[in-house]
Amino acid sequence: MSESDITLKSGRADWLGGELPYAIPSKKLGMWLFIVSDSITFGAVLVCYAYLRLASPNWPTPFRLSSIVNGAIMTFVLLSSSVTMVAAVEAAKHGRIAASVRWLSATMLGGVVFDILHIREWLGLIHEGLRLYQNPWGSSLFGAAFFTLTGLHMTHVTVGVIYLGIVAIGFRRGKFTSDDVEISGLYWHFVDLVWMFVFPLVYLLSARMH
Amino acid sequence: MGKFFAIVLTVITLVSASIFAMHIWWMPVDISVHGPALDKQFGETLMGTGFGFLVAQLSLAYFLWKFADKGDGRKVREFPGGPKVTIITAVVLVGLEILALSFVGQKAWASVNLDPAPPNAMHIDVQAEQFAFYFRYAGPDGQFGAVHPEKISDGNGNYFGLDPENDIPARDDIVVGSLTIPVNQPILLTIHSKDVGHSFYVRELRIQQDFVPGIVIPVHFTATQTGKFEIVCTQLCGLGHYNMKAYLEVLPQDQFDQWLKAQAGQ
Amino acid sequence: MHDTSDQAAVHHHAPPKGFLWTHVFSLDHKVIGKQYYFLSLAAVVIGMVLSWIMRFHLAWAAAAIPGLQHLSQVGAPGGIITPEYYLSLLTLHGTLMVFFVLTTAPQAGFGNYFLPIQIGAEDMAFPRLNMLSFWVTFVGFVTLVSTLFISDGPPISGWTAYAPLSALGNDAGPGLGRGQILWVISIGIFCIGSLLGALNFIATTLDLRCKGMTLARMPYTVWAWFITAVLGLLAFAVLLPACVLLVLDHVGGTSFFIPGGLVLSDKLQPHSGGSTLLWQHMFWFFGHPEVYIAIIPGIGITSHILASTARKPLLGGSRVLVGCMVAIAFLSFTVWGHHMFISGMNPFSSLLFSVPTLIITIPASIISLNWIATVFGARLRFHTPGLFAIGFISVFVTGGLSGFFLAQPSLDIYLHATYFVVGHFHMVMGVAAIFGMFAGTYFWFPKMFGRMMNETMGKIHFWVTFIGVYCIFMPMHYIGLAGNVRRYSAFVDDYLIPLIPVHKFITIAAFVTGAAQLLFLFNLFWSMYRGKKAEENPWDSTTLEWTIPSPPPFDNFGGRHPIVYHDPYELGVEGAKGDYVMQDSPEKLAQS
Repeated sequence: MSESDITLKSGRADWLGGELPYAIPSKKLGMWLFIVSDSITFGAVLVCYAYLRLASPNWPTPFRLSSIVNGAIMTFVLLSSSVTMVAAVEAAKHGRIAASVRWLSATMLGGVVFDILHIREWLGLIHEGLRLYQNPWGSSLFGAAFFTLTGLHMTHVTVGVIYLGIVAIGFRRGKFTSDDVEISGLYWHFVDLVWMFVFPLVYLLSARMH
Repeated sequence: MGKFFAIVLTVITLVSASIFAMHIWWMPVDISVHGPALDKQFGETLMGTGFGFLVAQLSLAYFLWKFADKGDGRKVREFPGGPKVTIITAVVLVGLEILALSFVGQKAWASVNLDPAPPNAMHIDVQAEQFAFYFRYAGPDGQFGAVHPEKISDGNGNYFGLDPENDIPARDDIVVGSLTIPVNQPILLTIHSKDVGHSFYVRELRIQQDFVPGIVIPVHFTATQTGKFEIVCTQLCGLGHYNMKAYLEVLPQDQFDQWLKAQAGQ
Repeated sequence: MHDTSDQAAVHHHAPPKGFLWTHVFSLDHKVIGKQYYFLSLAAVVIGMVLSWIMRFHLAWAAAAIPGLQHLSQVGAPGGIITPEYYLSLLTLHGTLMVFFVLTTAPQAGFGNYFLPIQIGAEDMAFPRLNMLSFWVTFVGFVTLVSTLFISDGPPISGWTAYAPLSALGNDAGPGLGRGQILWVISIGIFCIGSLLGALNFIATTLDLRCKGMTLARMPYTVWAWFITAVLGLLAFAVLLPACVLLVLDHVGGTSFFIPGGLVLSDKLQPHSGGSTLLWQHMFWFFGHPEVYIAIIPGIGITSHILASTARKPLLGGSRVLVGCMVAIAFLSFTVWGHHMFISGMNPFSSLLFSVPTLIITIPASIISLNWIATVFGARLRFHTPGLFAIGFISVFVTGGLSGFFLAQPSLDIYLHATYFVVGHFHMVMGVAAIFGMFAGTYFWFPKMFGRMMNETMGKIHFWVTFIGVYCIFMPMHYIGLAGNVRRYSAFVDDYLIPLIPVHKFITIAAFVTGAAQLLFLFNLFWSMYRGKKAEENPWDSTTLEWTIPSPPPFDNFGGRHPIVYHDPYELGVEGAKGDYVMQDSPEKLAQS
């Protein structure tokens, strides 16, 4: 009975083990599982942020238009890097190794620019008096939540840049396959997606309203 | 081996159950208005689980006795009716038990935690700290002074951080180290902590509630018997946790009035 | 795009050379499984010794324990432990047992060793990641145990590390500064190790099954490890950031878990805005699935061994068992609030949380009833692993039933934080899971070490332990009913003093039971070198681990690619050679 199930799914009589019925390579599955787990981690931190923010009577909304514009540019850069990532995966799949490596480099450049813009933003806020444990505007938890959330995301971007670098070098040398490029792409898109939660929840919701 | 196992299991089961049944160690007599509902709920749960315990362990024992491999080539048999029987039994029996307990239990829980304190309840403010409880009565003006954390000092006995110089309601607040209440009078406690988590537990009152730093939590009850009872801390609060306690004294109304007057006079 | 030969390259690796690469930094899942097992063994020995010290102190508070002053001069001057040191030991006991024993041995230990073999794979999907997760866990273990040797000792905040006690530093009590920080770091590291392990288990189970090993043909154990891995992947992902936030409260000056206006030693704390309940929510969102992370592998192991003991598959088979385990796993994420009924959380939510908590007893009851009904009509072979598997059923039922009381908020008002709770979770989570480990050890020892464990010693061990745990943990229910509060280092309340004789009884029972564990340890190491040589299949079992030599060769199947033809538990079969049919036997069965 169970044998016939397999036949139906795969269209062949015998199952060679390790391939079916979940025709997904282990590495890719591993990355998906990592993404599931990591999104729960981000989710937990975001829920914490929401919980603390809702419980605080004096949650500050300090971001001026310049911060929001800066954030919008960061968002644009990160989204563009996702597009170049798609191009890198596409090129890798068609065996155009040099092109793929170029696109990967462009993606990494996007990540680095994002980091630089972000750190500039951080330094500006620190200059205005924002700290992990205090700020001039209101609840001390604002700084804690801000630095934890954006810091966690920035760590992911930085790790992603290094990871893409390793994949790019390995792919050029023939140590990695186009699958590895695709898997690194999964990670990069995930980091992008997380930013699409962090940016509105942290920046837009804390924009100064006048 | 199977027979031995069966005997051991039967003995363990019967001894365990009969100690419950004989009430050798048991809850103290309840002195609260809401307590009987809780005790009834406990009794019903004990009946249900006790039945489950006896049936499960004793049938296991019986099967162990009966179905040891005797090397006689006897065939294995499936449980009559198969898994349908066990699944239906579990769903129906446990499900009914759950339904019964949930509906009855909600009432008991509601009477303690959801219903507000009656309007005539006497209000006492309670603060826990490492490792003591302090109780504050509003005094003749019926108003509590404001709490100023920066003024809290165990050194000069200002446990609640009162500011009698600038705060008139604070001047006649009575702060004591034990809880004295009149019998048959609804009591409303507002409990808060000065430092870490603690808990307010009086067995006889069937009351347990955590002190949560940063939050003031209302607790209400009515004691129906006079006497002296222990209040203990049940939330791990540090090295003196085991020794953190106070007394609850339930007095007849007239004695309570005298006591309160004497306190106010001091 | 991705063919099988490429796939195979992922998990093919040549046998390593040299002691360091074969025994220390090995990529072989069998070596890593043993490493996890021995790590847990070290943790359980420390945890057990700590519990003896605590039990002794509870029964004879004024008596000295000779030599203890050498462990900590401050904590146990003259061998008499101080109240704060009691709490330090209590924290370490709970943390070691929950994380490094219950979460580690049944899942990472046995799972690592037997999951790949039982699905016919040569190794885990990611051998390097596997090695990494062990060593990460090891670092976590060392970090935790190191708190014993720093001057202010392990933290005194319990294994649940409730904030703000755990967040305020040394002002709140000894061990809450450096000790607490080390504790949080250790648990954070443990989370990472567990997440990597969980990921590996899931990928291995889905991707590396051999030909014919359909999901329906996976042994109960594989299902249990798989479901546990899914739980771990989700639950530890929440505890990890919780640990990071708690560390930040210590070293970054943040106030995630610390509200404003707290006063310690007449000093207003420089924190404001945080929430203590937030820690409880995050901790228990992990903490309740964690309970099932500890027990589901035990459920799998027990079912696996019970089938072999009873010479028949479990009543209802994989389908019912797996359905129940999945239901439990799913529900386990919806019940965390039942640890917080009286925590000051909204009382309406208490009622909401009690409903799934009670419902979760239905799948648990179905599993229990099916075990008992499996014994009906069986041909029971009472070898030691079988005894422990049957013992598991008894303690699981007993411990589970007291959960009925605690699932109801109204009864929790009285029973919360009493020894009733201690008795309940030790019985259902501690003892049951440990029985699963013992059963697994006796059952698989021949495969892991190529020798049999001594049966006589095993049986003595079982009987003393089985009777012992009832003598230890049933009385805890009784004194809990009398209102005996947990986490007290001494009993000074008027109503607790009369209960001290019960504590003496429990302590004596704990020592006797403990002595039997020493016998187990002796048996374990003695049998490793002196035990009778084990055959390939000493228990007449049917799953794939019994089709290969004991101990297995480096690549498990000696170059052979097993093909599975049968369900995992074709036991008590008429007309078969013996009374069973191996999973990979091409033999046709009459009824199928």
